Amino acid sequence: MKPLLVYDSTFRGIPPLEEVREVIRYRDLIFQLARRDVTTRYKRSVLGIAWTMLNPLGMMVVLTIAFSHIFRFQTEHSYPAYVLSGLLAWNFFSQTTTASMVNLVWGGGLLHRIYIPRTSFALAAIITGLINIGFALVPLLLIDLFTGVPIRWTLLFFPIPVALLAAFALGIGLLISTFAVYYPDVVEMYNIALLGWMYLTPVIYPVGILPETIRAWVMRLNPMYYFVEIYRSAVYYGRLPTLDVIIPAIGFAMITLIIGWVVFTYKSDEFSYRV
Amino acid sequence: MNRSMIPEFAVILENVSVRYRIPAERYGTFKEFAIRWLQRRVRTQSFWALHRVSFEVYRGEVFGIIGANGAGKSTLLKVISRVMRPTEGRVRVYGRVVPLLELGAGFHPELTGRENIFLNGAILGFTRREMEAKFQRIVEFSELQDFIDAPLRTYSSGMWARLGFAVAIDTEPDILILDEILSVGDEAFQRKCVARIEELHQHGVTILLVTHNTELVASMCSRAAWLDHGRLQLVGEAAVVAQAYRESQFTGIPQVT
Repeated sequence: MKPLLVYDSTFRGIPPLEEVREVIRYRDLIFQLARRDVTTRYKRSVLGIAWTMLNPLGMMVVLTIAFSHIFRFQTEHSYPAYVLSGLLAWNFFSQTTTASMVNLVWGGGLLHRIYIPRTSFALAAIITGLINIGFALVPLLLIDLFTGVPIRWTLLFFPIPVALLAAFALGIGLLISTFAVYYPDVVEMYNIALLGWMYLTPVIYPVGILPETIRAWVMRLNPMYYFVEIYRSAVYYGRLPTLDVIIPAIGFAMITLIIGWVVFTYKSDEFSYRV
Repeated sequence: MNRSMIPEFAVILENVSVRYRIPAERYGTFKEFAIRWLQRRVRTQSFWALHRVSFEVYRGEVFGIIGANGAGKSTLLKVISRVMRPTEGRVRVYGRVVPLLELGAGFHPELTGRENIFLNGAILGFTRREMEAKFQRIVEFSELQDFIDAPLRTYSSGMWARLGFAVAIDTEPDILILDEILSVGDEAFQRKCVARIEELHQHGVTILLVTHNTELVASMCSRAAWLDHGRLQLVGEAAVVAQAYRESQFTGIPQVT
């Protein structure tokens, strides 16, 4: 006979740990949600999933024309590969954080009808992002090849920067979701903040063009600097990142993830009280 | 688990209260809230959607919950189905609860019937493997064999509801929550649903039936609870509770204390 589930509303345990247990129990749901996001996004388009690869390529072409010819940025290897690798890392971050927030606020009707772990939407957004950045490796490697960027063994370390970026994005996604449940216009504010944040991160320009003083601040305070750099180490520079990049990246990723997870899970009981 | 260890109750509610806080004025946005907060003008009112509700539901019975709109029935279901934790009091639920509140909640119009069955199953807490075992039965019950690989946007609303019902009913719940659902599909399908619900009941499933329909309560339930403005008016034998509720509807005054 199957064990009887017992639910007692006064038993709360430690919310962040309880949530981990529930996520493991509902892991299939999280994969199903990610699958739904990936398959429905392009379901009615002719090119289908190819758009995950074409979209950043299109951006790359525009930015290459705008910046490498007009501003004449100097990068270590080809500029198109530089900007494409930066964009992929940045898009992963901006899309997953936005999606975890939007899914919770606008798709949250489900949370009012049936119990599912509240972190499901954010986790599904991260998995969707991982699938997309995986697919995007194909055009990135093609551009690397065509523009003479050496492809080295460091490529094998590709999952490490992606994992750190995912941990950071999950933490930020959960934090802003918590706010967005109370004030839906946080979604709009975040979009503006993202734009500013992107310009403070060496995504489309080489970090070398920043004046010395600004560069020091960007490097110290902007976690995305480290994640973009580590990602590029694997797929663009072709060398292992130095410890002074790896250690802050791990630190930012872990601390953000823990804060986001704890804040979200402690607050999530109140979510269903918000109509 | 030993048979004798199975509790006699399916649901125990002790002094369950839910208080919603609503801002005295509506703050739709963070900007508005920030301005009001700076002016120290944030005021909230609270209202009790449920107030000190206590009753038990026995294992294996069909239990009715009646009350007018806004009586707190939906909030009560949320509290039992774990969507919401009560502000005060204690809820204990023994067994897996499957709410049939909104059939096909979580269905996606662009996905096929097949994909939606798996998605909805996962929402109800089943693994992919468990759903694979149920899949054939679900499709047969829904009678949608010919459309199962078509996207749901091509379904009629009746077909949509049938698929939702078929998934939810196949979940082998210990406690099934039915919220005004016996109005879906055509009459033949409704009869099939009622038959299936009775079959589940015979297999020992506890059923919570939420409705305004006092006749349905009197005919299907053994016991019932009547809620009014978040307070429990009466709990007891279904026919008695249904009768008291019906009378109150004519006089407009709740007369039972």
